[in-house]
Amino acid sequence: MNFANEAVTAVLVIPALTAALLAFLPDYRAGAAVNVAAAFFTFLAALSLLFQRPAVGSYLFIDDLNNVFITLTTFVGFTTSVFSASYIAHELKIGRLTPTNLRFYHAMYQTLMFALNLALIANNIGLMWVAVELATLTTVLMVGIYRTHEALEAAWKYFILGSVGIALALFGTILVYLAAQPVIGAGFESMVWTKLVARAAAFDSGILNLAFIFLLLGYGTKVGLAPLHAWLPDAHAEGPTPISAVLSGLLLNVALYALLRFKILLAANPNAIAPSPLMVIMGLVSLVFASFMLYRRRDIKRFFAYSSIEHMGIVTFAFGLGGAIANFAGLLQMTMHSLTKSAIFFAVGHIAQAKGTQRFIQIHGLSESNPSLAFAFALTVVAIAGLPPFGIFKAEFLLATSTFSRAPWLAVIFGFGLLVAFGALIIRLQDVLFGKPSPSEAIPAATLFPLYAHLAIVLAAGIYLPQPLVRWFEAVAKMLG
Amino acid sequence: MRGLNFDIAHLLAGSLVLVSFMQLYQDRLTALLHIFALHALMLALSVAWQSYVQDAPHLFVTAALALVFKAIVIPVTLHRIIVRLGIHREIETVGGIGLTMLAGIGLVALSMVVILRVTGGADPFAREDLAFALSVILLGLLMMVSRRNAVSQVVGFMSLENGLVLAATGAKGMPLVVEISVAFSILIAFIVIGIFLFRIRERFDTVDVGALDRFRGDRA
Repeated sequence: MNFANEAVTAVLVIPALTAALLAFLPDYRAGAAVNVAAAFFTFLAALSLLFQRPAVGSYLFIDDLNNVFITLTTFVGFTTSVFSASYIAHELKIGRLTPTNLRFYHAMYQTLMFALNLALIANNIGLMWVAVELATLTTVLMVGIYRTHEALEAAWKYFILGSVGIALALFGTILVYLAAQPVIGAGFESMVWTKLVARAAAFDSGILNLAFIFLLLGYGTKVGLAPLHAWLPDAHAEGPTPISAVLSGLLLNVALYALLRFKILLAANPNAIAPSPLMVIMGLVSLVFASFMLYRRRDIKRFFAYSSIEHMGIVTFAFGLGGAIANFAGLLQMTMHSLTKSAIFFAVGHIAQAKGTQRFIQIHGLSESNPSLAFAFALTVVAIAGLPPFGIFKAEFLLATSTFSRAPWLAVIFGFGLLVAFGALIIRLQDVLFGKPSPSEAIPAATLFPLYAHLAIVLAAGIYLPQPLVRWFEAVAKMLG
Repeated sequence: MRGLNFDIAHLLAGSLVLVSFMQLYQDRLTALLHIFALHALMLALSVAWQSYVQDAPHLFVTAALALVFKAIVIPVTLHRIIVRLGIHREIETVGGIGLTMLAGIGLVALSMVVILRVTGGADPFAREDLAFALSVILLGLLMMVSRRNAVSQVVGFMSLENGLVLAATGAKGMPLVVEISVAFSILIAFIVIGIFLFRIRERFDTVDVGALDRFRGDRA
């Protein structure tokens, strides 16, 4: 028996149908429960893809690379839906959201999951683009959901910058088609990724180079790479916290995944420019810039948004550097960052609710006022700062050693960026945990289950990576060139 | 015959660039919307011509969408919105019109140089079209960065999307998937924009337009 085709269908159909259902479900508690259940079943379906894969179709396919991400995305989608259920209960109580808002919110959440899954398993570069665009639009709507002046400002900025990015990415996609068309022939086939990569060696390298520049700028905007990152901190800070968690944990990954697909395409053409220098430069600039920016942030969510820019910079740098070890490290870093950063936003969401504010200046003495939350928060920050024994340490260590042996100067910049960010994280962690406790209330609905689930994986990965997983990641690293 | 087809396609795509330039120096919103309607009309003609030349009837759908939605429905709706908002005032431009026009000329030159040099081997039909399309896209971007008003930013974005449609139709045999997606995305974008304008109006009512009305009251 092979259920692989059904599993692929389920990964898309469950979120799509649930979104339609949730749009008409008036009771918000039932809505939250349905949201969690749907996310869980989507995760199960994605999990089954680890064991059986469907045949490569002309619309959808599963390979080593997207198998990693589809599992990760559906898992974080599930845990975030659990967190979201406890988060919104409090938002309703204090009147920041109404039940009508929530109906919309839940429907949008599942639409976003659908879009992310589709972007990951699409075998057609046009379809992938459509899915990323859909993901952008749904998150724009969710960022603006509080309808405060700042939230609308953030959503508008995100919308305009995101749309420009996505428009440039489409132009890049059209150029890739143009490069493929003389070789593969006009029509549908010339947009199927597996066909493209098989014949890429014969493409016109000039057009391919130009296409990659547009794709890098376009999808790079969505990744939040340094000169193009302006939307990211605002969107993270002003939207509901579960959305910050999926933005950082999933959407940035999906955009980078799209970029990686085209990097593989370029690597398959011997005459095309090497994408590496561009990615290395953008990655390092993001890392160093975001690390310094961390020091001047007054808003806790904005702070961690800059930390996401920093980490996406590291990942882009790793993939730009290329080679078996750096790609492996990049992949590990991407997975670990996604898990850790969403865990951080789970903690931050409850902290902001407990203290009634997102401003650092009013968040003190958490270890006294909310000890269990403080403990969990401290663990996640230690993990994101890249301290052992967590998985991010392993990834960054691998990357640092690999860089030292190949390009020592880059390693100096890389290490410097990491240290600067580390300092900011520790300073802020102390501020939040210690000092005279600022007024705080207990959050009875708070759940730390998703946070610890993420941390357990990050810790396990930091201590021991099972052999099959290592082999799998190595295969992907090889594919990335 | 091939020569004439080529020339007409060239003419239509070129006039799209020209209309993009006309958008740059419009300093009133109503005039800007009129020019945008013209922009969409030129796009519809250009796409229809491509459809005829490439013998690809499905492109007529894209042309019809451009004509109905972008040249008629959207300008009319946006016009209503700005009337309701009462913002028939001048648009603030950053850096002045002369400078913006110069920047625009620079961008067009850039896209010509880049595309024509890079795509030397490609079908001449496609590459000329692509060069014009990139010019339209860059001019749309320029408009978005040089304007502060939400409505004119939206117009800038839509003319940018017009450039994308031009590029997509110029690429021979580009699957219908993408054309529909482009049209669809514009539709979704418009819904989103509509919602935003609605919300921005709420904001203006309390902040900006209120101040404006008071100012007018003083003058009267």
